[in-house]
Amino acid sequence: MTIETRTSIVWDYGRAPESTDHIRLKDRYGLFIDGEFSEPADGTYVPTTNPATEEPIAEVAYGGPDDVAAAVEAARAAAPKWAALKDLERAKYLFRIARLIQEHARELAVVETMDGGKPLRESRDVDIPLAAAHFFHYAGWADKLRYGVNAREVSPLGVVGQIVPWNFPLLMAAWKLAPALACGNVAILKPAETTPLTALLLAEICQEAELPPGVVAILTGNGDTGAALVREKDINKIAFTGSTAVGRDIQAALAGRAVGLTLELGGKSANIVFEDAALDQAVEGIVNGIFFNQGHVCCAGSRLLIQESVRDEVIAKLWQRMGRLRVGDPLDKNTDVGAINSAEQLSRIEALVAAGESEGAVRQTIECELPERGYWFAPTLFTDVSPAHRIAVEEIFGPVVSVLTFRTQAEAIEKANNSRYGLAAGIWTDKGAKAFEVASALQAGVVWQNTYNHFDPTAAFGGYKESGFGREGGPAGLRPYLQVVR
Amino acid sequence: MSDRLAVRKTYKLYIGGAFVRSESGRYDEVVGFNFPRASRKDVRDAVAAARKAAGPWAARTAYNRGQILYRAAEALESRADTIGVPREEVQDAVDVLLHYAGWTDKLPAVLGGVNPVAAPFLSFSLPEPTGVVGILAPDAPALLGLVAEVAPVLAAGNVAVAILSEAAPLPGLDLAEVLGVSDVPGGVVNLLSGRRGELARALGAHRDLNAVVDAGGDADLSAELDRLAAETIKRVRHGAAVTSYDAATADALERLEAVTELKTAWHPVGA
Repeated sequence: MTIETRTSIVWDYGRAPESTDHIRLKDRYGLFIDGEFSEPADGTYVPTTNPATEEPIAEVAYGGPDDVAAAVEAARAAAPKWAALKDLERAKYLFRIARLIQEHARELAVVETMDGGKPLRESRDVDIPLAAAHFFHYAGWADKLRYGVNAREVSPLGVVGQIVPWNFPLLMAAWKLAPALACGNVAILKPAETTPLTALLLAEICQEAELPPGVVAILTGNGDTGAALVREKDINKIAFTGSTAVGRDIQAALAGRAVGLTLELGGKSANIVFEDAALDQAVEGIVNGIFFNQGHVCCAGSRLLIQESVRDEVIAKLWQRMGRLRVGDPLDKNTDVGAINSAEQLSRIEALVAAGESEGAVRQTIECELPERGYWFAPTLFTDVSPAHRIAVEEIFGPVVSVLTFRTQAEAIEKANNSRYGLAAGIWTDKGAKAFEVASALQAGVVWQNTYNHFDPTAAFGGYKESGFGREGGPAGLRPYLQVVR
Repeated sequence: MSDRLAVRKTYKLYIGGAFVRSESGRYDEVVGFNFPRASRKDVRDAVAAARKAAGPWAARTAYNRGQILYRAAEALESRADTIGVPREEVQDAVDVLLHYAGWTDKLPAVLGGVNPVAAPFLSFSLPEPTGVVGILAPDAPALLGLVAEVAPVLAAGNVAVAILSEAAPLPGLDLAEVLGVSDVPGGVVNLLSGRRGELARALGAHRDLNAVVDAGGDADLSAELDRLAAETIKRVRHGAAVTSYDAATADALERLEAVTELKTAWHPVGA
């Protein structure tokens, strides 16, 4: 055998698909209202499909206005008893839910991946463990609320409506439900249209935990279901995570009403690489920042700001690293980048990428074999991006990174802050004093130094400017679910 | 009886640290005095001046901002007789300024902290000012109602554009002269007299405003401000007119929280 033939062997990974035979999904799910699954008022069910195969997984009820009203009524009836429950007993229910999420972790991870298209590695190692951790964290707050709100006397708000997105379906449900329930509220959760399944499994977990009926409702449906929930008269608070456009509509719809509101909206977060950074480590962070969950992350590091002196080196390393990303079957344990969540989202990404090309940015997309069925978009890098290009301004919410450059620290800060959004930012430098100075100057709710997309239930998360208001996580996450008595 | 003719005051708007007439040239009259009827352009000028002042004000140390607010309290106390409101109201306003002067270097300890994250990072969350805040002062009490809204906004490190009492704008315009001789930097507080509805709509619709504090007491206008605020996801706080020191300070933390952003930073520990 010649040297040439020996070295031309491709040492690729074998397939390592996670099995799906252990999951227990029903063919059809009703609306979870008052502790039971019930038929939707108008009898409508819609299939939820696997974006990696376009195959239907299960049928899910579509909640209409009558269903929303029924859920609010049941919640209102359950509210006084839940609020009056001894704090530690309320905590115990949340601890139970945390434990049950851990017990069902594998099933939840597989279903999350099937329903949403994210790599199993992420649902298994990030989404599900963090969801359990959030319940565990807030369970412990339930009997210590006054310590979390600076010794003020507080009471729950009552019935809260919570609308969550499709990018982290169970995790976002946990971010919403855990603090709401810990504070003594009852909640109506509206999962995203394309990813309802893990929320429905969470409803079953609520049953298994013997959570009192009406304390949690899971109301599946589409945007109209959420809009109806926002417009319900007998509701005390809305918490929404999703796009800035929908957040704006919700804020306007609540005008003149004494309804609490927190919004966790879009972003166009800057990931800033200084010349003194450990560049190989930074490249890993850039990849994690933008290709984690196919870039379907509100705080994704979608604007990469590289100091000019290391621009070529960083881009070369990044491009090489991107070539090693494994795109494909989300259930394969080696997959790095899974399926785009829906056809609709895919067309949004394609439209913005087309705009990037037509506006003159230079596009590089990795060459990889994409499955024939399903929705896919290969990791893409744009260079020669001007700050005015749409791909530098608008949220793409896909695996697309736009590279801009800067010369000085002041210019980096100015460019990073030059956005109507202010959700997150990354800083790559080994100089501590510089990192603290830049972190302090950035208008962003979360700033990561030498890491990216790190989340923790103890750490507040939320945006500046048009990325929304209110915080989730830690004691700050309690405040939106409580009213100060005195 | 002296036959000396008094030197009367021409009341002016307070924008960017300068005393200016309305660019529109319009005036209204109250208790025998003319006062400027600010225009939408004046609102825009005031927001621009505030934005310019916002960064440097936020960048000052908490200690320094506290001292400046204390200095404003001193200046107000010494001019108590020159402001046409009851002496008790001025004293309450002075005390409110004093209360909030003491908040500047406490707020991070009260609202912030270290997050015990399950990873090798020093993660902490700290309050930061939200930026430029628009304030609708109530009609009455004209001075205390205004100071009670401005003081927490400044204490949290923000800058303010305030629309004064429509019924009694003179005490607010007098306050401008107090601020002008205190150490509050130009642009940190901007005070506009005129028609509340007209000015509030222009302020609420301004895209470079971060938050609205509404003590105007007009339900329809409040609802419209909510709608306008939604356009750029502004933070909005509605509240009743403050009529006492207690009312201005009992919910101090809520007032401060409403104009505060919490920033979470993650810094690596070890490698």
